Amino acid sequence: MWDFPIWPEAASTVAPSVEALYLFIVALNIGMTALVFGLLVLFSVLYYRRADDQVPPQYHGSMLLEIGWTAIPTVICLIVFAWGVKVYAELVVPPADSMDVYIVGRQWMWKAQYPGGQREINALHAVLGKPVKLTITSEDVLHSFSIPAFRVKSDAVPGRYTTLWFQPTQAGVYHIFCTEYCGTEHSRMIGKITVMEEGDYQKWLSEKAELGDALQGRKLFAKLQCVTCHAGESQARAPSLEEIHMKRIPLSFDKGSPVAPGATVLADENYLRESIRYPSAKIAAGYQYPSIMPAYDESLVSEDEMFQLIAYIKSLKKGQTPTRNEHTTTPTALGAPAGRP
Amino acid sequence: MQVTEKKHAQEAHDDHGHGHELAHHFVSVEQQHDAGNLGMWMFLTTEVLFFGGLFAAYTIYRYKFEKVFEQASNILDPMLGAINTIVLIFSSVTMAFAVRSAQQGKSKAIVAWLGATIVFGALFLGIKYGEWKHDARLHVFPTSDFNWTWAREKHAEGEHGHGHDSHGPELKGFVFNSPVVPANYIESDSRNPEAKQAKLFFFLYFSMTSLHALHMIIGFGVMAVIMVYAWYGYYTPHYYVPVESVGLYWHFVDLVWIFLFPLLYLLGAHLGAGH
Amino acid sequence: MSTIITSAPALAPASKEPGQGGGVDYLNHETSIASWLLTLDHKRIGILYLVAMSAMFVLGGFYAGLIRAELITPKGDLMSSDFYNKSFTAHGVIMVFFVLIPLVPASLGNFMLPLMIGAKDVAFPRLNLISWYVYMIGAGFTLVALIGGGVDTGWTFYTPLSTTYLNSNVLLTATGLFILGFSSILTGLNFIVTIHRMRCPGMDWFRMPLFVWALYATSVIQLLGTPVIAITLALVGVERLLGVGIFDPRLGGDPILYQHLFWFYSHPAVYIMILPPLGVTNELISTFSRKPIFGYSMMAGASLAIAIFSFIVWAHHMFTSGLSPYAAMFFSLLTFSVAIPSGIKVFTWLATLFRGSISFDSPMLYAYGFIGLFTIGGMTGLFLSTLGTDIHFHDTYFVVAHFHYVMVGGAIVGFMGGLHFIWPKMFGRMYPEFLARMSAILIFVGFNLTFFPQFLVGYLGMPRRYHEYPDEFQVLNVFSTAGATVLGVGYLLPLLYLPWSVFFGEKAGRNPWGATTLDWTHTESPPTPHNFEETPVVTGEPYKYDTLFNKESALAGH
Repeated sequence: MWDFPIWPEAASTVAPSVEALYLFIVALNIGMTALVFGLLVLFSVLYYRRADDQVPPQYHGSMLLEIGWTAIPTVICLIVFAWGVKVYAELVVPPADSMDVYIVGRQWMWKAQYPGGQREINALHAVLGKPVKLTITSEDVLHSFSIPAFRVKSDAVPGRYTTLWFQPTQAGVYHIFCTEYCGTEHSRMIGKITVMEEGDYQKWLSEKAELGDALQGRKLFAKLQCVTCHAGESQARAPSLEEIHMKRIPLSFDKGSPVAPGATVLADENYLRESIRYPSAKIAAGYQYPSIMPAYDESLVSEDEMFQLIAYIKSLKKGQTPTRNEHTTTPTALGAPAGRP
Repeated sequence: MQVTEKKHAQEAHDDHGHGHELAHHFVSVEQQHDAGNLGMWMFLTTEVLFFGGLFAAYTIYRYKFEKVFEQASNILDPMLGAINTIVLIFSSVTMAFAVRSAQQGKSKAIVAWLGATIVFGALFLGIKYGEWKHDARLHVFPTSDFNWTWAREKHAEGEHGHGHDSHGPELKGFVFNSPVVPANYIESDSRNPEAKQAKLFFFLYFSMTSLHALHMIIGFGVMAVIMVYAWYGYYTPHYYVPVESVGLYWHFVDLVWIFLFPLLYLLGAHLGAGH
Repeated sequence: MSTIITSAPALAPASKEPGQGGGVDYLNHETSIASWLLTLDHKRIGILYLVAMSAMFVLGGFYAGLIRAELITPKGDLMSSDFYNKSFTAHGVIMVFFVLIPLVPASLGNFMLPLMIGAKDVAFPRLNLISWYVYMIGAGFTLVALIGGGVDTGWTFYTPLSTTYLNSNVLLTATGLFILGFSSILTGLNFIVTIHRMRCPGMDWFRMPLFVWALYATSVIQLLGTPVIAITLALVGVERLLGVGIFDPRLGGDPILYQHLFWFYSHPAVYIMILPPLGVTNELISTFSRKPIFGYSMMAGASLAIAIFSFIVWAHHMFTSGLSPYAAMFFSLLTFSVAIPSGIKVFTWLATLFRGSISFDSPMLYAYGFIGLFTIGGMTGLFLSTLGTDIHFHDTYFVVAHFHYVMVGGAIVGFMGGLHFIWPKMFGRMYPEFLARMSAILIFVGFNLTFFPQFLVGYLGMPRRYHEYPDEFQVLNVFSTAGATVLGVGYLLPLLYLPWSVFFGEKAGRNPWGATTLDWTHTESPPTPHNFEETPVVTGEPYKYDTLFNKESALAGH
């Protein structure tokens, strides 16, 4: 019974940084507490009232002390703040070669989607030593995705994407918790992340093989008629989507008003999602407001499907946009078995 | 604490014959007057913060949905809004005269000027009622009845010649009966994210103006009570702090409207240029 | 420095004999129920609040007991998830809004403020009574919702859960809290005008007791912050009723906007809870060490600084909500600014105790407990204001432990100290000192046993608001529940001996503690209905013990 943990595992590259900062603040806590408790006890012993009518000298203040105990804590606080920002920067900037995994939270489960199309519920698998970036959203209320062993956490906000990243340093199985109260079964919205060696991971991936996310996205692209306007022909009525992910897109209108010359937007996942849900929000240069593109809400494109579309758009290389009457085969790079459209 | 005693202040029960002029816990008329004034100013500060929450929400969504808010604002009639602004300013003038009369001890004049203030306030609310009736016909009340496609179409028709104006909506209980919106309009709205954004504008419009109107109605009630007291000569040049306080309150209500009017009615209005 | 003989001979220090006054006091001059329920006397209104808040505290504590009982085992076997969620919501709503916010201002503040500044009452006595009725009505609405059906949103009512996804009594609760907010606003307004306009002759701003400064700073926050939560709750209610998308993303709204609006009030609200107990501690440390508070002006300034800074740090509750990193850095930096004045206060008390003449009456034990627990609570706040660590700690039991240290270990313990301190003034009776000391110690020990393990289990990652939890967290939870039983006994004792003492306690003199403020030196115990028969005139600073005890100061020149 006494064999219970007091210290969480530190199983990611960031965890030791967080630990070091934590220990520093613990030291500050212990120091201040010892100082205060110690002086309280000391003064109680030294200065307890010795006679009923005893009156001590009536000191009023000391500017030196006041400055001292204002300035020194200020300096210490600034140090703690700066160190906190340094660790925070590590926590929020993912490496460029992170593998993307998409997480959708809903009452009361976590759904994970891998680039290869594999899906899991309430579980994740990751490779030892390889960075993973999670893009997270919610289908209904606020949730929050947290892996204490990695010291990471991010809310799942309906209507937008948030991200977190980690690189595991220790194989094992760790808790996933939902850490934003989301209703009756909040405490059951938990899972496990399994960190494995590369070989075991590949084995696991192939066992769960399915049509990849991007391939699914391509099917949606056709089914939802995106290809009608965003086709591969030269007189397409809509901008080309080839290689636009993380490019700067020149704009002509933003929120309905003309923009300053040279204004651009970064085409990240949030932008791609917004352009599908509410096309008139931002209009690319050369096109008019309001957009002629219809708006696709949750009933037409669910959050899961949205991730697939985005995965497809991210995979789209030059010259690969399907034409409206396409007879070309699907690139095998997307994972389709050879020979099938 | 070093303290010396002082004789009990006699002024409370001295020269002013009316016993009500000085409450027993105050030591002087000045203290009572200052306390009353400061109290009302503090209360108005809370009102600023109260309305401020709505103004904050408005500002954020105005920035987020700029164009749609502009289009929605254009549905409102700035002429009626401007007339209402003038009406409220007049009501503040009459209120100021009421306070002046109280300072001069002219009880009947207080009643007259407060009455005039209420009349102007009622005129404001009457014009508002007319506006809301028109809004109901356009289906811009932020209820399940809201329809942006309908609103824009009928508003454009209304501007350039007359559409079917014959049957205005009737007020049944607290709800206006407007013509039913055909299904294709509902369909069009459901495919248009801007409809929800416009509904948000109108929600903010109706909640801010309703809150303002509620404050006016409460003001009427307080003024009516003060009118009764004034009629019976309760206020003197030494004791008129309730009149002064309601005056402050009323000027605040006026000031809130002066902020609401441009924010709600004049978005994107290029005064002097055509529509 | 000359000695000044105070003119009333009954001002002998630490006089435990009953004072003069002929026996007519504010308690016995009228005793009908109507004279209590329609009273305009700030002292009686303070007692009305005290009784109401004690009842609410017991109710909130009952829900806490349910929570701790369930958490003894990892599985949710004592009650359903739904009932558990309703219990922690009820615990939070009751404790925050019905106990902690009005705690010191409405009871101790109402009673003491006019006495401390030499006034006969607050500026607006009728408004004061109305505040109490508004509190009761708001409480009524909210309790009907919480108990008759239940609300399971958590006390924070985050959207879109509260506006769209729950079919519970959210609207009724929001209405009750909306009404309750006015009680807080009106009390704050009353105190501000009272402090500005009703000070007796000679009482300049820098001659007021520091408790009055604390009440002033608190009232400013109450005045400015509460209307924002009022309008936020109104918007939540309207969104539920009309289906407008202010906070619901499906209708174009933004759930993070709710969080900004909510925390814009709720962060300053926690300073409403802690500033008055900080003020009480000033009075206790000074009186029981017979020294003026070190650095009076800095202490007054620190209270105001805390009040002002409290309004610019709210988003530190939202570091994981998807804020931009720049916003997060900004709020993190500002949050440290609030820590500095709090630290100044703790150091000031230590300096006050230095070379004092310290006695360990029960109020002083509570003051010591306050300083210790507030220090720990405040210092653990550093983990949360620091961005790198907050990500890990957010929404875990670490946060729960932190805020209980400051709210219970701080605010409640400070309140208990103040209550015991003015008890003889309020009722003219002393309570059993031995039992009081026992309670103070039991509360301190029980509190630490309950909440320290929660720091550890929070660091392990145990989330808050969890009905069930992984097995490895059990032992720490069991410790916590064990501590809670000790804490419960500690709270039970005053609930018994304090009312007992009103009727059977030893009669108290005018100034049993030897304090120097007007409320002790110039009023009877209990005070007469109008407090002061003659308006006092103040000619010097507060906290001068040498003149009170008719002694030359031992060190000339100070």
